[in-house]
Amino acid sequence: MIRARDLKKHFKVHKRPPGFVSAMKSLVHRKYEVVKAIDGVTFTIERGERVGFLGPNGAGKTTTLKVLAGLLHPTSGDVEVEGAVPFRRQTKFLEAITLVMGQKSQLIWDLPPSETYAMNRAVFDVPHAEFKQTLSELTELLDLGPLLDKPTRQLSLGERMKCELAAALLHRPTTLFLDEPTIGLDVAMQVAIRDFVRSYNQKHDATVLLTSHYMDDVVALCPRIIVIDAGVLIHDGDLRQLIKTMDPDKRVTFTLTEAVADDEITRLGSVLLRDGQRITIKVPEREIPAVVGQLLGPLKVADLAIEDPPLEEILRVMFGKSREARDSGEVPPSEATGS
Amino acid sequence: MSAVSRTLRALPTLLRVGVAETVAYRGEFLVWILTTTLPLVMLGLWSSVAAEEPFAGYTAAGFTAYYLSNLIVRNLTGSWVAWQVSEEIRLGSMSMRLLRPLHPMVAFATSHLAAVPFRSVVALPIALILLLSSGASALTTEPLQLALLVPSLVLAWMITFTTMFMLGCFAFFMTKSMSLLNLYFLLFSLLSGYLLPIPLLPWWIRAPAEVLPFRFMLSAPIELMTRSLSGRQLAELLAGQLAWALAMLVIALWVFRRGVRRFEAVGG
Repeated sequence: MIRARDLKKHFKVHKRPPGFVSAMKSLVHRKYEVVKAIDGVTFTIERGERVGFLGPNGAGKTTTLKVLAGLLHPTSGDVEVEGAVPFRRQTKFLEAITLVMGQKSQLIWDLPPSETYAMNRAVFDVPHAEFKQTLSELTELLDLGPLLDKPTRQLSLGERMKCELAAALLHRPTTLFLDEPTIGLDVAMQVAIRDFVRSYNQKHDATVLLTSHYMDDVVALCPRIIVIDAGVLIHDGDLRQLIKTMDPDKRVTFTLTEAVADDEITRLGSVLLRDGQRITIKVPEREIPAVVGQLLGPLKVADLAIEDPPLEEILRVMFGKSREARDSGEVPPSEATGS
Repeated sequence: MSAVSRTLRALPTLLRVGVAETVAYRGEFLVWILTTTLPLVMLGLWSSVAAEEPFAGYTAAGFTAYYLSNLIVRNLTGSWVAWQVSEEIRLGSMSMRLLRPLHPMVAFATSHLAAVPFRSVVALPIALILLLSSGASALTTEPLQLALLVPSLVLAWMITFTTMFMLGCFAFFMTKSMSLLNLYFLLFSLLSGYLLPIPLLPWWIRAPAEVLPFRFMLSAPIELMTRSLSGRQLAELLAGQLAWALAMLVIALWVFRRGVRRFEAVGG
């Protein structure tokens, strides 16, 4: 279980305008400003939940994950993970969590991943039999077989990421902090990692808190999302509900088999995209049966897909609103969209 | 107590992985060994000075014994951990170490200890050359001094390792902490007996050099190998090493702790 209450993390940052004169001035008189990376965030995540942690660049996502993993000391507020205060980094806590950062590696660069695994086994004091079993499970799930004895520096980014995940999970943690675990990976590898995280969550009833720039990761993995912007929580709740509240219209995409007059299409819904015979329209949910009837009947389409609006669009609107609220000096709309 | 027994249980694996790392980095390791050959240059220089007659009590054989012993001790006790620690702090991979239930100092220490047998590959032939050279005549034959050489080398290793670990930890506080190492090497070269024996230093440098930690990192084992020491001198030498080993361990752990607190405060 993860609990954060009125969590704040402020950094004092050295500020210097460009130019030689300012450089000289800063030698004797340094100016600092306080950056509020996290500014009063409250949430609770129950054991076994999979939660997406979203926000624009610099919103405070990684800082929050680092506070929860015990790498940063919060400026104020309470935080509790697996019944422990993270920044004390007690052995019991370290054994219960893991942090995977897509941009940082824990694998020993010039040695094969199997050596890092052996070291982690020893350091986390995992019994040999349990280690063997976990490693064989991970090897099968992540298809690590051919990678285990190849020096890390010779692995591709995707292969390395799979090995990083295995290194992070060998001690069978029950809370997973995943910071951009699929960054830079191709679509097939992204899907493999997603499937793996889901099966690990189900098998070990593990709590997962995930940040990702790929919304597909979040949509596929996380029934609940927490959104922060400028260090402030602007949404916490069910992903589908958020989409429904923010934009209840569906996206209907189809390919026409023969040319149709424009007004025949605009009658069905507002056109969002047209690429030759392939068209995407926006349709209110209650009108879907009628529109589908038209498309499958008189208009004769070759294919048809009905989808929710993309999460990227929803978030763009949310961040826009949050920015407007900040600019006008209002409190960010945590209540407005929170559930 | 459980942390200690857990660390002891982990030790064989950590040492094994350390050996594998040393083998993987053998290129860099050999280059590092080559950088520790400065005593050979000094040997050439001082041997020619003392060729005709002894200089400040040192004969040519005495200089040979001193600088070859110097090379052996430096080879067995030198440390490059400052660069590793500083690099890991700068690149953020120290975060990953902080998430493991093992103190990073212990992790680095085991990986460095694992390299000791490889260092012998260089140290042992030098020792053989020393025994076959004219320098052999200037070596001690006192059994007690020879027996104390092993603990003295261990303590010299500890002082050097903890000092270098501490210097690496300054990266928590400064962006360009490696510039500190230049200052450190200047002081080390002068005050440890690396460039020239401490008795050859002018009194105003010799006096602080006698008590500062640098002497106990390098000169102390060389003194055991090349000088005839009284029981009192031996006790003082070993006690000095032990005191500095403990002091530097405490200081290095304190600097690391302060550094991690800063890391926790400002991020990394």
